[in-house]
Amino acid sequence: MDDVQAMHIANGIVDGPVSALFAVLAVLALAFCVWRARADLDDRLAPMAGLVAAFIFAVQMLNFQVLPGVSGHLLGGALAVVLVGPWVGALCVSTVLIVQCLLFADGGLTALGLNITNMALIGTAAGYLLVAALMRFLPKTPGGVGATAFIASVVGVVVASQGFVLEYWLGGTTQLSMTTIAGTMAGVHVLIGLGEGLIAATTVATVARVRPDLVYALRRYRKTVPAVEMADAS
Amino acid sequence: MSKRLGWFLAGGLLVALLLAGVVSNFASGSPDGLDATARQGCTFDADDEITGGTCMLQQEQGHQMDGSPLAGYGIRGIDNEWLSTGLSGVLGVLLTFGIGGGVFWLARKRKSPEEANT
Repeated sequence: MDDVQAMHIANGIVDGPVSALFAVLAVLALAFCVWRARADLDDRLAPMAGLVAAFIFAVQMLNFQVLPGVSGHLLGGALAVVLVGPWVGALCVSTVLIVQCLLFADGGLTALGLNITNMALIGTAAGYLLVAALMRFLPKTPGGVGATAFIASVVGVVVASQGFVLEYWLGGTTQLSMTTIAGTMAGVHVLIGLGEGLIAATTVATVARVRPDLVYALRRYRKTVPAVEMADAS
Repeated sequence: MSKRLGWFLAGGLLVALLLAGVVSNFASGSPDGLDATARQGCTFDADDEITGGTCMLQQEQGHQMDGSPLAGYGIRGIDNEWLSTGLSGVLGVLLTFGIGGGVFWLARKRKSPEEANT
């Protein structure tokens, strides 16, 4: 079996009402993201966002082994936050999930709201909180932004996995122990997060080395810390 | 869009195409973290059919888009697995870039407010 397999929540795993609830939630949240994203989207960020979405699609196909018989793949929230910011980043991950659902039959159509909530909203939001906190004191260098992407990825992936646990607790279609599910999801996603962190760190550090002006986290947080220039000027 | 940005985008796209078109064939075929959790509690035979136990996967239903020509990251009609996976990956990258980039480009803020009305 070398085929790339289905990798998102399929239809029927979470019941109809809870799936519908999260679909409504996802639509509202994405509308808010579109509204906030417009302030960030300029002639430079818009094509960059298309590239980030295409890159996440590509890397999601690359399942890596984390345990015997268990693999994982990048989700991409933290990577997107560092490169294009939280609002555009959530839209990038959503674009990937919508393309995968509608064209590649991966991630149920009924479950699309669940998948968007976990990977594009929760994972990205958790990643953003860490990026915003870490970029305040880590150096604005390829290494600093790489370390930020690594830590934000690990945390973002684990938190996103618990989004599924919440959804399954609300609308799971099989009677199973929730503590077992939460533990398994968290444990395996720590390992997946470490893999994602390495990929995300390598990617953003490379972009930061080649074109630092294209890294949202470097642009955004440089403005708030003009201490170096001020010290030089005095 | 500047020429320099154009080169960066072309380079990035090339990397994505290589990852999805070639490297994807070396990806692990094991169930991912979510899928492995969904299979926990069930036993499977050599054909991957459920033989017993209780797990999330028992309630899984088919996908509405199973008839899609790209369903399951392959191309219907191409039997060579490498070619099928690789080409579907290439198409996925181009479609995602085209759809995503197109929507973001249309939604971007223009320099003068008059232009935004078009």
